[in-house]
Amino acid sequence: MARDGGVSCLRRSEMMSVGIGGMDSPPLDVDEVHVLAVDDSLVDRIVIERLLRITSCKVTAVDSGWRALEFLGIDNEKASAELDRLKVDLIITDYCMPGMTGYELLKKIKESSSFRQVPVVIMSSENVITRIDRCLEEGAEDFLLKPVKLADVKRLRNYLTRDVKLSNGNKRKLPEDSPPLTLSPDSPDSSPPPSTLSPDSSDSSSPPLSPVEIISSPLSSPIDDEDDDVLTSSPESSPSPVRRQKMRSPGLD
Amino acid sequence: MDALVAQLQMQYRNYTVSLYQQGFLDDQFTELKKLQDDASPDFVAEVLSLFFEDCVKLIGNMARALDQTGTVDFSQVGASVHQLKGSSSSVGAKRVKGLCITFKEYCEANNYEGCVRCLQQVDIEFKALQTKLQDMFNLEKQIIQAGGKVPQVDIN
Repeated sequence: MARDGGVSCLRRSEMMSVGIGGMDSPPLDVDEVHVLAVDDSLVDRIVIERLLRITSCKVTAVDSGWRALEFLGIDNEKASAELDRLKVDLIITDYCMPGMTGYELLKKIKESSSFRQVPVVIMSSENVITRIDRCLEEGAEDFLLKPVKLADVKRLRNYLTRDVKLSNGNKRKLPEDSPPLTLSPDSPDSSPPPSTLSPDSSDSSSPPLSPVEIISSPLSSPIDDEDDDVLTSSPESSPSPVRRQKMRSPGLD
Repeated sequence: MDALVAQLQMQYRNYTVSLYQQGFLDDQFTELKKLQDDASPDFVAEVLSLFFEDCVKLIGNMARALDQTGTVDFSQVGASVHQLKGSSSSVGAKRVKGLCITFKEYCEANNYEGCVRCLQQVDIEFKALQTKLQDMFNLEKQIIQAGGKVPQVDIN
């Protein structure tokens, strides 16, 4: 049962547990990390999907940059109501794809006001330093050398839960027992942070820590500067595959 | 412990190790096994099955591209080789991947004979792997049917 041809064809049992973000699917659980995976190879899509799901992520896998943009609603101006459903916490994309490369997709995402804050990770089978540099300079969060291993994905997962990035318009509730989070505030030129919790963003009572409170905390500003520095600094050159990571301070305490 | 199960398990271990030693499989296959669990007991078999379908499709593409009497579009051949190299790498099909690397070089050199040779070899190689893995999966089934558990095989 394949959705619109471009979304990964999964077996029925698999589809039940994967939150495929289609029009008729329920809103994704706000507490779970949702990853959009983009790869033209079916084998690679299945593997990355499994890698991500084993690390407790919800996954939507698509086979091209165009489908990714379509899914995100970047290529046409979809109502923001739909964006609330599409809580994408990470986008992981192959570099070499026909039509639109991962690099081109990265650029489009970074140009989008709704999704520029979503971390984008590039995967490639080729360890080309100039390619890696170009992606990192364009704002890619990390660069993974294929074949991707469980350890790679676990590492990504770790820095995601330590630093929950909220794209504009996403109103998230955090579980009560989650560790203190560092939240990246909105970049200076984007729209102001949300002031109310979305009515449809969760099922039950609000936890004590509302993300809105954290965003408005003045402590978040110094992190902003740190953010910029890491993005523009050039990676250390090394003969081995460059796997840059943005390190964030562990908490607001 | 049931003697039959123990015997099957030993057979399985030896067989699996030999596949690595003979270069059919590499590290990445081990990684795929990590992704298999009781909830998804057939994950590896399913992915490999998709991979073999991919092989058939891509080899078909390459054959068609090489069959153009007149001018062969080597970049077209190369594109399929690149894809096969990618997927073989992702599943740990070591020999197939190695062949793809050589194949890619022949494409880049516009070497027709080299490409045709590689195409034949890739075809032989993926089928050989398919047979070997089928035997391995059958052993797994036999172990389970005999009431045992498939052992974790430590390659290193």
